[in-house]
Amino acid sequence: MKRAARFIIFYAALFGLWTLLAELKIWPPYLFPTPWGVGEALYAGFQDHTYWIAIRVSMERVLIGYAISVVLGMILGLGVASNKFLEETMGGLLVSLQSLPSICWWPLALLWFGLNQNAILFVVVMGSLLSVTLAMEDGRKQMPKIFSQAGRNLGAKGFNLFWYVLLPASLPFIVSGLKQGWAFAWRSLITAEMLYLSLGLGQVLMMGRDLNDMSAVIAVMILIIAIGYVVDGVVFKGMERHLQNKWGLTPAT
Amino acid sequence: MSTNVQKFPSQFPIPVDPRFPAHSGSPGGKVGPVSVGRPVLDVAPEISKVGLNEICLSYRTQSGERLLALDHINLQVRTGEFVCIVGPSGCGKSTLLMLIAGLHQQTSGQILIDGKPVQEPGTDRIMIFQEHGLFPWLTVGQNVEFGMKMKGIAKAEREEKTRYYLRLVHLAKFKDSYIHQLSGGMRQRVAIARALATEPDVLLMDEPFAALDAQTRDLLHDELERIWNETGRTIIFVTHNVREAIRLGDRVVLMTFRPGRVKSEFPVELPRPRHLEDPAVACAAGEILVQLREEINRSLEAEYNEGVKPHVDPGVQS
Repeated sequence: MKRAARFIIFYAALFGLWTLLAELKIWPPYLFPTPWGVGEALYAGFQDHTYWIAIRVSMERVLIGYAISVVLGMILGLGVASNKFLEETMGGLLVSLQSLPSICWWPLALLWFGLNQNAILFVVVMGSLLSVTLAMEDGRKQMPKIFSQAGRNLGAKGFNLFWYVLLPASLPFIVSGLKQGWAFAWRSLITAEMLYLSLGLGQVLMMGRDLNDMSAVIAVMILIIAIGYVVDGVVFKGMERHLQNKWGLTPAT
Repeated sequence: MSTNVQKFPSQFPIPVDPRFPAHSGSPGGKVGPVSVGRPVLDVAPEISKVGLNEICLSYRTQSGERLLALDHINLQVRTGEFVCIVGPSGCGKSTLLMLIAGLHQQTSGQILIDGKPVQEPGTDRIMIFQEHGLFPWLTVGQNVEFGMKMKGIAKAEREEKTRYYLRLVHLAKFKDSYIHQLSGGMRQRVAIARALATEPDVLLMDEPFAALDAQTRDLLHDELERIWNETGRTIIFVTHNVREAIRLGDRVVLMTFRPGRVKSEFPVELPRPRHLEDPAVACAAGEILVQLREEINRSLEAEYNEGVKPHVDPGVQS
């Protein structure tokens, strides 16, 4: 109850401050839109289906890109974790590559794939692949050795060993990495979409800029935040809770 | 160092050649003429269920020197035999089980199961770990089923066997529980059921009851003995508890501290069921304890002199 009250007070205050600043008209409305201006933009955007289409297009891309990252990242991470040579050579490279914003791949992606969806996907994959890889590598190392021993002992090998033992055993250790990978994928996607006429949320945001419609820009920003938040809160929190229940882990507070 | 066999004054029989170990209880062995009141020597050595021939294991420490962990281990285990291995921490007794399980490779020597060399892990030998090694992401039933699933056994048969083995360890009601909902003793029973469900010939038990309280352990001793009787499995049981070894084993093998060698073997001829508190068990344990203490002192000395942790696990790599 107390928590809900704090929540409401905080957001009411934020909203109040925004309204106040907008009402004082320190800046012209096209630079600093009012809350109801943003509300109207949101309504209009959904009304004429622009936002629905943009959300669908963006979600499709991020899901494809993220799925590729997860599959590739797990294979790579597992390889690096279980092979000393790979660890010594590629381990450092992976860590240093993580400091590179994925949008730096954009020029290359354009040349390699052309000005299309694949270039965007490439940037998304490059954005989240490393997080997943590093998480998987770490998870494989943190995973108690006894699980893989018990699995091999009970006759699991090759793909079975990975799918039925190593993967579920490392899940609690990689779920935060998967979450981070998702956040990176989502950010990379929006960035890439902003650079290219692409129907996605990023483009709708840039459209607001081109039309000098800051209400629309903020409306799309709110959408981007909301989607990121919902995925994090529903998908990943649910996954964490599920794992905690199964493993009997106490939630980290 | 050569292997010598201990003599127990009163209730224990005469020394036995360790290459042709005593046959206790189970029928079928040819009885040699030498025995005093009980069968001792097999005239011709039958093929052992588990045969360890000249097993050596050495590995490189972090500082680069080679360390000999196991030194020419020879041990023959007959079908249906219950062999207990005792020794101080760091003598390599757990590692020995890992070798038999095929989870590790010895440096030299040969491990034979029914006369065939061990190449890789196989479900004919299942290990039960001290920390049970159950899968927390699966239910009790799914854990028991796991080995059968890997073997590709059909679902109906898997379910039937899972029910059977869970009943055997008195956990039928907990089929759908998760591991963390069970007590330590129950978990170890699940581990036993899971091991048995793959129908292995050999059970390799690595201090399975060491982390349990005394009452639970007593109970599990009874259950393990009963299951052993009912299923006729061969069991190699590693423990640091000498009384436990005597309580359970047909034979107790004592290993030396680094490098691990077979120091002595003690056939246990006490009638079953035995109890940890039996004076006869305590008396027999006393004999072994004297020798074990020598080894423990050596390990402590080594720790003191070299600053080396006595327990070195060469299995870290996998």
